Amino acid sequence: MLGLLALVVLTSASVACPVRAATGRAGVRTFSIVLLRKRYHFNPETLPSLLESHPANLGVAGAEEATFELNTAGKFIGWDFKLDVVTVPDGGNLVAAAQKLLAHGPRVIIADLKANDLLTLADLPAAKQSVILDMRTIDDSLRQQECRANVFHLLPSQAMRTDALAQYLVLKRWTRWFIIQGPTPQDAVYAADIRRSAMRYGAHVVAQKIYNYNPGSRRSDTGYQQIQTQMPLATEVNGDYDVIFVADETDLFGDYLSYNTFAARPVVGTQGLVATAWSPAYQEYAALQMQQRFDLFAHRRMTELDYGGWLAVRIVGNAVMRGNITSPIPMRKYLRSKDFLVQSYKGQGLNFRRWDQQLRQPVLLMTPLMTVSISPQHGFLHPGYTTDTLGFDKPETKCNLH
Amino acid sequence: MQSALRGRGAALLVALACLGVFAARARATELFVSNEIDDTVTVLNGDTYKVIATIPTDQRPRGIVATPDHQYVLVCDGDSGNIDVIDTRTLKVVRRIKTGPDPETLAMSPSGDKIYVSNENNALVTVINFATGKWIRQIPVGIEPEGLAVSHHGHTVVVVSETTSMAHFIDTSDWKVVANVLVDTRPRIAQFTPDQRLLWVSSEVGGTVSVINPRTHRIVHIINFHIPGVDREYIGPVGVRFTPDGRTAFVALGRANRVAVINAKTYKVEKYILVGQRPWQISFSPHRRRLFVVNGLTNDVTIIDVSSRQAVKSVPVGRLPWGIAVVP
Repeated sequence: MLGLLALVVLTSASVACPVRAATGRAGVRTFSIVLLRKRYHFNPETLPSLLESHPANLGVAGAEEATFELNTAGKFIGWDFKLDVVTVPDGGNLVAAAQKLLAHGPRVIIADLKANDLLTLADLPAAKQSVILDMRTIDDSLRQQECRANVFHLLPSQAMRTDALAQYLVLKRWTRWFIIQGPTPQDAVYAADIRRSAMRYGAHVVAQKIYNYNPGSRRSDTGYQQIQTQMPLATEVNGDYDVIFVADETDLFGDYLSYNTFAARPVVGTQGLVATAWSPAYQEYAALQMQQRFDLFAHRRMTELDYGGWLAVRIVGNAVMRGNITSPIPMRKYLRSKDFLVQSYKGQGLNFRRWDQQLRQPVLLMTPLMTVSISPQHGFLHPGYTTDTLGFDKPETKCNLH
Repeated sequence: MQSALRGRGAALLVALACLGVFAARARATELFVSNEIDDTVTVLNGDTYKVIATIPTDQRPRGIVATPDHQYVLVCDGDSGNIDVIDTRTLKVVRRIKTGPDPETLAMSPSGDKIYVSNENNALVTVINFATGKWIRQIPVGIEPEGLAVSHHGHTVVVVSETTSMAHFIDTSDWKVVANVLVDTRPRIAQFTPDQRLLWVSSEVGGTVSVINPRTHRIVHIINFHIPGVDREYIGPVGVRFTPDGRTAFVALGRANRVAVINAKTYKVEKYILVGQRPWQISFSPHRRRLFVVNGLTNDVTIIDVSSRQAVKSVPVGRLPWGIAVVP
């Protein structure tokens, strides 16, 4: 039943609808939600584990599931939502696709784009009055110097993630950290965030190393032998530490660390114990129902990117059905207001930080199979929202939206 | 059992028990608490609050009610897709009724002939004939339906859907959904006032209670909660109960770890009573002298004295206790 209805949503997804909010037969109003995505080239053979996969509808499936949910509510009160997915191939012309979408004026666009592409879209003159819901990026820079008044960020930033882990480690009194950092600029940002979190919460970075050898061992059936010699070398440092804090945003080596380290220490960071907005293993706060619904719909597990797509569509739905808002300028105002709230399966409604338009939220601390904890941790207080103990708080922001 | 075996009646009771004549069990008020992850129902003596029995159920017991004649207690087993029927005399599961997938909670018609079940994963309300176990109807509603309220005369059933955030009004004469009222995010419980003139709906994530006129289907008031020292995002209203005179309402506030006492005429919150952690479901003793509060995270039930509005004590039950049914 759910699958059949989902198909209906899928077919409508390919039909571009120039009319964004129109009253049709029997007083049913239609609202078309646009999702603009780039299909980035991805080589599945670079995934470190055979258990991982990279489905083609990553992210989009979450948005489709949410559209189905909106229509369940909408059918009772006369709203019909359509999801219009525009996919640009890797190397394709994003600007042309965006300009076509914006030909009839500003609109609400869900963006499944990496940081550079997101800024390209946000900086188009035609997009200035639009609302762009960023369902994908976690880059600190987009919440700081490179923030934009027309962009709202849904997933936790890198800084929110290291803070979420840091609070837990401090609570455990595991405060001596060894940072092992990959070769990418994103890894450098994450490593800087770890240092920032250590400062904030009274932990100590006792050692830091950059690891830039690409072990690439999954594709060789004797790869583990290489790993078994490389990882102890990489993790041998002067002085003792409580945890290895790994900064490897592109999954080059982080998953090889556990059980291969020089000292018997747990691994946290971008691998090992990770901070994330969603995991298919998460079931607290009725997330079990969400996981089961998503599995029925997509026949696979729900990832963080799917959750980003789901959140984005639910946010638009709230603005339309609760705020009665269908155009971008009032929507931006609504999303920034105290009236706005989106359900999250985190035990609380979420709203946006006004200073950088980041969705404030609890952050999950997950192993591949289990929820270990959810930050903010008990006792980390804030005069506004306890979730503002994660990431860039108002006094620290480098974002200027005006 | 301990308390039942005191005094001169003990020998007789033992004799009766040996004969299997549990029907004659002398009985005080009893509280039936469903323990979501233990797959049990804990039965407490309503005077001493001692555990009388721990009844094994099917998987993930949550919603729990007593039949109007108090002969049975019905509990939804979410992961097994059925209702366990517990005989309140023998304290044993005597029957299983199929409900369709993931029954979260249930309500009964005033006469006890029908069961209404919210199928959480299927966005359905299933109507079941209690005597035969046959399904009468399945009614599509919003996503993640939960709390059910049945009007006194039985003509209206209200179900709230957590993800769609609506209260759906169902006319029981033709099983049509006649109205859908959008409320604040994640509604959990619907409860008619004793005079049936208003319906209160608690919104857990929205942190409010919507007061709805069930005739016009319009929200007439929204109750907010402000607790000094407790952040707004921790205030998650769930269980709602009224004193019989309709003057006072008690609302369990989830992670705020409190029960609010509300003047039901002025909607002013008069007191917040500190209880255990994450109270959701609440229920009165038969004469409304006590309010029982089920605390999901501390695995206990807090007993509140209604007239003094004080928490008297807390008693342990099973793990992740969810719902409560009181049998006089």
